[in-house]
Amino acid sequence: MEHTLSLEEVRHVARLARLVFKPEEEEMFRQQLSRILDHVQRLNELDTSRVQPTFHVVPLKNVMRRDETRPCLPRDEVLANAPDAQGGFFRVPKITEG
Amino acid sequence: MSGKYEAVIGLEVHVELNTKSKIFCSCPTEFGKEPNTQVCPVCLGLPGVLPVLNEEAVRKAVQAALALNCEITSYAKFDRKNYFYPDLPKAYQISQYDLPLARNGWIELSGGKRIGIRRVHLEEDAGKLVHQGDITSAAFSFADYNRCGVPLIEIVSEPDIRDPEEARDYLTRLKGILQHIGVSDCRMEEGSLRVDANVSVRPVGSREFGTRTELKNIGSFRAVYRGLSYEIERQSKLLDRGEPVIQETRHWDEQNGVTRSLRGKEEAQDYRYFPEPDLVPLQLDPDWVEEIRRTLPELPEARKARFVREYGLPEYDADVLVSSPPIANFYEECVRLFGEPKTVSNWVMGELFRLLNDSGMEPEELKLRPSELVSLLKMTREGVVSGKIAKDVFEQMFRTGEDPESIVKKHNLVQISDKSALEPLVLQVIAENPKVVDDYKSGKKQAFAFLVGQVMKATKGRANPAVVNELLHKRLD
Repeated sequence: MEHTLSLEEVRHVARLARLVFKPEEEEMFRQQLSRILDHVQRLNELDTSRVQPTFHVVPLKNVMRRDETRPCLPRDEVLANAPDAQGGFFRVPKITEG
Repeated sequence: MSGKYEAVIGLEVHVELNTKSKIFCSCPTEFGKEPNTQVCPVCLGLPGVLPVLNEEAVRKAVQAALALNCEITSYAKFDRKNYFYPDLPKAYQISQYDLPLARNGWIELSGGKRIGIRRVHLEEDAGKLVHQGDITSAAFSFADYNRCGVPLIEIVSEPDIRDPEEARDYLTRLKGILQHIGVSDCRMEEGSLRVDANVSVRPVGSREFGTRTELKNIGSFRAVYRGLSYEIERQSKLLDRGEPVIQETRHWDEQNGVTRSLRGKEEAQDYRYFPEPDLVPLQLDPDWVEEIRRTLPELPEARKARFVREYGLPEYDADVLVSSPPIANFYEECVRLFGEPKTVSNWVMGELFRLLNDSGMEPEELKLRPSELVSLLKMTREGVVSGKIAKDVFEQMFRTGEDPESIVKKHNLVQISDKSALEPLVLQVIAENPKVVDDYKSGKKQAFAFLVGQVMKATKGRANPAVVNELLHKRLD
């Protein structure tokens, strides 16, 4: 089945990912993403009626650790890769919630 | 609100679990440390790390869910909730979406009404953003990730709550239950318990829900009450005018007592949840769950029943005392040391609650030790201080932390029971109030109380009322 994304859907996904595209990029991604979806869509052709639903590919469950503390990362290392820092904090542009 | 509408309220409560380490890494969870000193590559969301679930966080979440009468699900998983905000360095929060840890519980309110609990799920807390000066004009946010990864449970109620008072009752009971089982200290001022409220109104008798708004930034149970009252009033007025309620998130502005719309949110939230590939599912062993159920500490309802049975307290006293575990513990320790359960209950519910209220203090901040109140009660019982003076002493103990003996000594508050000391005062009061004395002698019994009061006044409340009574009767009858 042909899956064709609309330009509006591309813009929505871009907004969610905080990306801004030029119009020609929007069209390019529309085509590329459509092709990817079409490809993945082929999985639907398989008969899965006898397969148990799964949320995880690894056959493991209940992997847990004991409630014990370990030393943390020294703060100079914590902030070493921060683009900006001040007074032990990461400094970032203020963003209004939403 | 006019009688035309009824409110429909649902509460989402986030509670930090008091584990030693974070939910997915081994960083400590202590509150109030220097910024970014309790972090590691896992909770900072650095590439290539693997989160591993803290077993104690699961145990405490199960304890909480069972205490809230929930069913523990046979298969639970974790999901990524994606959103961009600098309090989360990974740009997603590990939470539980469609298969939470527990479902279908309830809390019973004072009147016996049950408020349903839709689900309880585990997730990680986010970091904290600090702003210099006013948040609206600040250019930068300062991010501290110490809190990032602290285990949280989110408790989502059914929309069964009908007014702000029920909301407050629900929250008080929820907090009491969680404190009793000891999974969280539930300090709203430190953010270890946080409340978001969904509220809508509809015409009385209607079965459909109205459009709801979500209230955020609520800092206390009192603010929950005020915020909901304001929002119900606001929505009712809109409906009265035939205007629509807009579905949106609104901030509670404590200072001005209003809710405000958060602008700039045209796009509906889309968290694009998907299963967390780094964490395997939870299929808890039913025997383990049953073991936790069996070993749950005494819950408030059971404790209340025991208070009635063991201490012979009225239901009302028992209910008030168990609503706060620090108070209930304080009470029981006093009774153990002093006996007289009803006397102790009167002091705790009267004087102690009044002082806590006046000072705006939470019961868990109480510094006073049971042994100190008991010393005071013993001094009262032995007649060292009068009942009235004892209340003043108690207030000073509460405010200064001094023990009752030194307060009584310092301010010379010992009760005067010595007849030879009181006799001259009694004579003086009789001499100064001839008209009152005549009234009494002509049969006005209440005149007597006035004369006792005058002697008490002359001794600044220190006279032993029983002795004063006796002396006055001897002179007048």
